[in-house]
Amino acid sequence: MSSNLSPVLMSLFIREVRLARRIGGGGAMGLVFFLILVSITPFAIGPDLNLLARIGPSILWIAALLATLLGLDRLFQADQEDGSLDLLRMSQAPLELIVLTKCLAHWTVTGLPLIIAAPIFGLMLALEPEALTGVTLTLLVGTPALTCLGAMGAALTASIRRGGLLMAILVLPLCVPVLIFGISAAAAASDAVASFTSPFLMLCALTLLSLLAAPFAAAAALRALSD
Amino acid sequence: MWTYANPTHFTALVNRLLPWAWGLTLAVLALGLYLTFFIAPADYQQGETVRIMYIHVPAAWLSMMCYSAMTLSALGTLVWRHPLADAAQKAAAPIGAGFTFICLVTGSLWGKPMWGTWWVWDARLTSVLVLFLIYLGLIALWQTIEEPTRAAKAAAIMTLIGAVNIPIIKFSVDWWNTLHQPASVFRMGGPTIHPSMLWPLLIMALGASLLFVCLHAMAIRNEILRRRIHRLTLLAAHASDRPANSFHLSDGEG
Repeated sequence: MSSNLSPVLMSLFIREVRLARRIGGGGAMGLVFFLILVSITPFAIGPDLNLLARIGPSILWIAALLATLLGLDRLFQADQEDGSLDLLRMSQAPLELIVLTKCLAHWTVTGLPLIIAAPIFGLMLALEPEALTGVTLTLLVGTPALTCLGAMGAALTASIRRGGLLMAILVLPLCVPVLIFGISAAAAASDAVASFTSPFLMLCALTLLSLLAAPFAAAAALRALSD
Repeated sequence: MWTYANPTHFTALVNRLLPWAWGLTLAVLALGLYLTFFIAPADYQQGETVRIMYIHVPAAWLSMMCYSAMTLSALGTLVWRHPLADAAQKAAAPIGAGFTFICLVTGSLWGKPMWGTWWVWDARLTSVLVLFLIYLGLIALWQTIEEPTRAAKAAAIMTLIGAVNIPIIKFSVDWWNTLHQPASVFRMGGPTIHPSMLWPLLIMALGASLLFVCLHAMAIRNEILRRRIHRLTLLAAHASDRPANSFHLSDGEG
């Protein structure tokens, strides 16, 4: 079973990326949404560059959180609707690994563009180079955790027709620790006094923990809800 | 014990015990409130506002105890697939949200005179707020999924995921330097609170726990009855739809 597992997961990964690129422009739309959130905030709080530079990392993090979560509601729903989820459950690969592969593919298509774009959007918020590096690094480490946490919510709401809002209600409270450590590390990057390493390591730990736990929870939810 | 896991037996037991349980609850709560308002001394620093503690602390304990009860019920749902565990889970969520809300509101009312602010974003307050949000999410989940067994499984998984928050709340005051004071009753080396204040607090906590047990038992009973009505309605609709066919009332219990 384990000998021919990786081709299965590899083809699933390629299928997910292909689907995301061809149908509904998942990645590109997330990026546009990210850009809109970043450009709306200066309208809301005024174009004061000092203030924007101070809260810039937080704006980028909240925008990334929302852009990641809002794109996730279709992660399992589309497969549930057209029946491919049943096929995936019957495949030789365990459902937990399938969930993890789908998360990875989703992160590659929607999370990675956000991280690549974050330094450019950060310039619009008048961020210093150290702050740009800090926020990009923390997003790179932190967004996989957001995707995994979101996958649990997506699995729980896969069979609900308008599950997007419910998913956000379920998942956003769980994202609070990631947000706390991500932002404190990002803010510490441009601060001479505060330590960057310790919140950054906590963020790494949170990501590893959610990479480990979320596939099990999401797979359990998918199994329980499709009986 | 497993006899009472049968919904019918459980309902009968609740019906028999509930009047006594309510009597005891009201008596303990009345004694606790009397002690709170007339016997317990005012604090030498905080004055009369210390009396908020006798509501605030039991509500905080109950908000966590209720989540723990819900977590145990969630295990009952996932491991033994028991319908009573489903009902216990569903019934606990609004009660827990209520206790958490009371805890947040009384804490806020206490914080204004003592800390000079209604709200601070310290670890204890934030984690209790997250607990409240998780309760609300669970209630939303219960209301969205119509089929009860599937809703129970989804809520059970979500409850277990959210259970991570409970130890964070408990130990937040020890792990982080918070404005909220550390535990003063359940701690190593005995309570740091004076007996004249400890006893009213413990009696109020007992009263609140009894209140939770009564409300929870009633809510579980209501849930069992609600499902029974739902099933009977379906059967009646089914029968009136096809009068020629006979139907079987013995379609297994919820």
